[in-house]
Amino acid sequence: MNRHLLSAADLSAEQALQILDSAEQMDAIQQREVKKLPALRGRTVVNLFFEDSTRTRSSFEIAGKWLSADVINVSAKGSSVSKGESLRDTALTVAALGVDAIVVRHSASGAVQRVAGWVDAHVINAGDGTHEHPTQALLDAFSLRRRLGELAGRHVVIVGDLTHSRVARSNVLLLRTLGAQVTLVAPPTLMPSGVSSWDCETSWDLDATLAGKVAGDVDAVMMLRVQRERMGGGAAGGGVGYFPTEREYAIGYGLSPARLALLPEHAPVLHPGPMNRGLEISSLAADSDRSLVLAQVRAGVAVRMAVLYHVVAGADRAAAPIPAEVNA
Amino acid sequence: MTGSDRTILLRGVRPLGRTPVDLRVAGGRIAEIAPRLEPDGAEVIDGAEQILLPGLVDLHTHLREPGREDTETVATGSAAAALGGFTAVHAMANTDPVADTAEIVEQVHKLGEQAGLVDVRPVGAVSAGLAGQRLAELGNMARSAARVRVFSDDGRCVADSRLLRRALEYLKPFDAVLAQHAQDPRLADGSACAHEGELSGRLGLPGWPAVAEAGIIARDVMLAEHVGGRLHVCHVSTAESVEVLRWAKQRGIDVTAEVTPHHLLLTCDLLAGYDPVYKVNPPLRPEEDVQALRAALADGTIDAVATDHAPHAPQDKDHAFADAAFGMLGLQTALGVVIETMLRPGHLDWAGLADRMSVRPAVIGRLTGHGRPLAVGEPANLTLVAAEQDWLVVPQALASIATNTPYAGRRLPGPVTATLLRGRLTARDGRLVGREGLA
Repeated sequence: MNRHLLSAADLSAEQALQILDSAEQMDAIQQREVKKLPALRGRTVVNLFFEDSTRTRSSFEIAGKWLSADVINVSAKGSSVSKGESLRDTALTVAALGVDAIVVRHSASGAVQRVAGWVDAHVINAGDGTHEHPTQALLDAFSLRRRLGELAGRHVVIVGDLTHSRVARSNVLLLRTLGAQVTLVAPPTLMPSGVSSWDCETSWDLDATLAGKVAGDVDAVMMLRVQRERMGGGAAGGGVGYFPTEREYAIGYGLSPARLALLPEHAPVLHPGPMNRGLEISSLAADSDRSLVLAQVRAGVAVRMAVLYHVVAGADRAAAPIPAEVNA
Repeated sequence: MTGSDRTILLRGVRPLGRTPVDLRVAGGRIAEIAPRLEPDGAEVIDGAEQILLPGLVDLHTHLREPGREDTETVATGSAAAALGGFTAVHAMANTDPVADTAEIVEQVHKLGEQAGLVDVRPVGAVSAGLAGQRLAELGNMARSAARVRVFSDDGRCVADSRLLRRALEYLKPFDAVLAQHAQDPRLADGSACAHEGELSGRLGLPGWPAVAEAGIIARDVMLAEHVGGRLHVCHVSTAESVEVLRWAKQRGIDVTAEVTPHHLLLTCDLLAGYDPVYKVNPPLRPEEDVQALRAALADGTIDAVATDHAPHAPQDKDHAFADAAFGMLGLQTALGVVIETMLRPGHLDWAGLADRMSVRPAVIGRLTGHGRPLAVGEPANLTLVAAEQDWLVVPQALASIATNTPYAGRRLPGPVTATLLRGRLTARDGRLVGREGLA
C-alpha cells in the first residue's frame, strides 16, 4: 500500500478492492460486542482538522480507537493564516509530537499534499478544499458494492454542485478505477472547467439521464449537497449565484419523487450528507428504502478502519493480512 | 576605487553580438570604440567573445521597502538587479505605506541613490492607497524629485472605468504612462490563482480565466484611444491578450505591453504539485499561450520583458496553494530565461533582446540615459554577458533576502560578467563591486 492516501487516484483497482474487502471484515467486527482490534496498538493518530467537520472527524476517531490507536483531535481552524502561523509550521509541530499518522482536513485544495511533503508520518486526506475526499469515495463504493455487488460495468450518476465538490472528484476517479461508468449532471455553471476531458459522461439534463437516454441505464444516483454558502449573495458566489433560485434548482436538479420513479427498481440513492431536504433531495427519496444515506455513514467507520490499517499498519508490508484476532 | 573617474577598457567585446571591439569607458560615458585600444592605465576587463548590451531596464520590480524589509530592501533588490545585468528598475507602488504621495516616492528614490547600484525609478500609485476609489496625487509625484513617469496600482486592476479614464486624461501633461494590471475582478477575484482550464478543474483551484485579462485590455485600449492617453499593459499572459494588443497597435493606439520571463518559460502544468513557488499573478498559462507570448515579443506586439520580481518570505509561501502569496523572484534570472526562450530558438537576435530588455523599457518609462545606442558619447550603462556559458541557480546564493525562485537547481544560460552604471562597475563575475557587506 502507498505511504499516504492523498487522492483516490493513488489506488490501483487491486488496492481499492483490498481496502473494501478489509472494510467488510472490519464491519463484521462492529457487530461484535467487543469491537476493539489490536492492529494499531501503540500508534498515535492525529486528526488535524483545519475545517469544521462532525461526521468525518468522529468517524476517523472511532476508526482509530477501534484499532487501538491513540487518537488525538487537533482543531486547527483559524490557526494557520489568520494567526500568522504557516501551514508548514503547524504540520511540523504536530509531526514533532511523534505521531504515526496525520489525518488532515483543510479548506484549501492541495493543502494535504503539501503537509505530506513536509512530515515523515503517514498522511491521510480527509478532504482538501474542492479537490478530493478519497475516504468518502471509498465508503460510497463500499455502500454501493453491498447493494449492487461488484461495481465493474455499473453506471453511477452524480448530480449537483460538481465545481465545488471534492466528493465528486474522488468518486469519478475511484469508480472508474473499479470499472464503473460515471455520468455527471449539473447546470453548466456548476460543471468544473475542463470536465469534458474527464473520464466520464456529462449532461445538463437530469431527467434524460435518469431515464437512461444519455448514457444508458442507471444503476445508482448520488446527489451532492448544494453548498449554499457558495451559491449566491456571499463572496464566493460573487453575489450573483450559480443558479437563479433554490426553487428553480430543485425543479431542475432535485431528486423529486417523480425522478425517483424514473430510476430502475434496483438503483440506490446516495448522498454524502449533510442533506438539504427539499433542495437537492426530497424527503421521500432520502427516507426511502432505496436510500443508502445512513449506510454510508455506518460504512465510514469500517472503511476508515481499513484505510488506517492498510496505510498505517500495513505500509511497510506488501500485502497486509488482517491479524488472526480479526477473523476470530 | 570604483568612481566614474576611473577609466575602464572592455577588451574584445561584441556589441549586440557583432564583431569584437575594444571599448573605453571614461567620465561615465563611452569614450572610444576601436578594433584595438591600449590600456593607458585603464582597468582592463577581458570580454573576449562576450556580448555587450545596453544596461537592462526593468519596468516592473517589487522592492518591498518600505514595509516588508524582511523580504527585500531597496539595497538588496538593487544588488539583485545589478547582478542580473540591470542598470535601472521601476519600483512598484504596493509598499506599506503605499507609494501614493511625493514623500514616499522621494524616499524610495533616495534609498535607490544611497544603494547606488541601479537607478531606482519609483512607480506611483494610480489611486490613493491602491484602493481604486480616487486618484492619488499623480501630479505631485510626477513633479517630485523622483520624477515619476509610470503609475500603476499593480496587483490590483484599475477596474472602475471612470477612474481609469480620469487617470489616463490627468497624466497627459506629464507624459506619464498608466501601467495596468489587467484583471477583471468580477471574473477573477482575489481567490483566483490558477489558469482556468482542465487543470484548475481537476485540482479544484479557483480559476483565473484568460478572458478576465483580455477583456480589460480591450476596454482599456479603447479608453486610451478615446482620451489620447498612454497605456501600458503589465505582465501580459495570454494569446487572447496578444490579439487585442495587435489590433490596438494596428489601429495606432498609444499602448505598450510587457511580458515576464516566467510567462515565457513556465506553464500551468507545474501547478499539479500545488507548490506555491509557482503561484504568480497572472497565473502560469498553457503551452499555447507561452508560444503566443514568445511570438508577440519577437514581432514587437509585446514591447518589453519585465520581471515582476516579487520577493516573499517563507512564512508567506508555506501555506496551501490558495492561501500563499503571489509572486516569484526574477531580477537575477530574467536575462538567462530570455536567452533560453527567445535568443537560442532564434526568435530574437542580440539587438532584438537589447531592444526588448533595455531600449523600449527605457522609452516607456521616459528614462533618459538608459537603453541608448552603444556609441561614443553615450552614457556608459552597460551589461556584459558570457553568452556561451551557463550557471546554476541556487536560491540562497541570490542577492535578494527572499529565496522564492522557481528556477532552483536549474542551469540558465548567459551569466552576467560585468554591469556598469554610468561608467562605474556595479557587478563583476557574480559579485557586487565596492559594496561589500550588502545582501
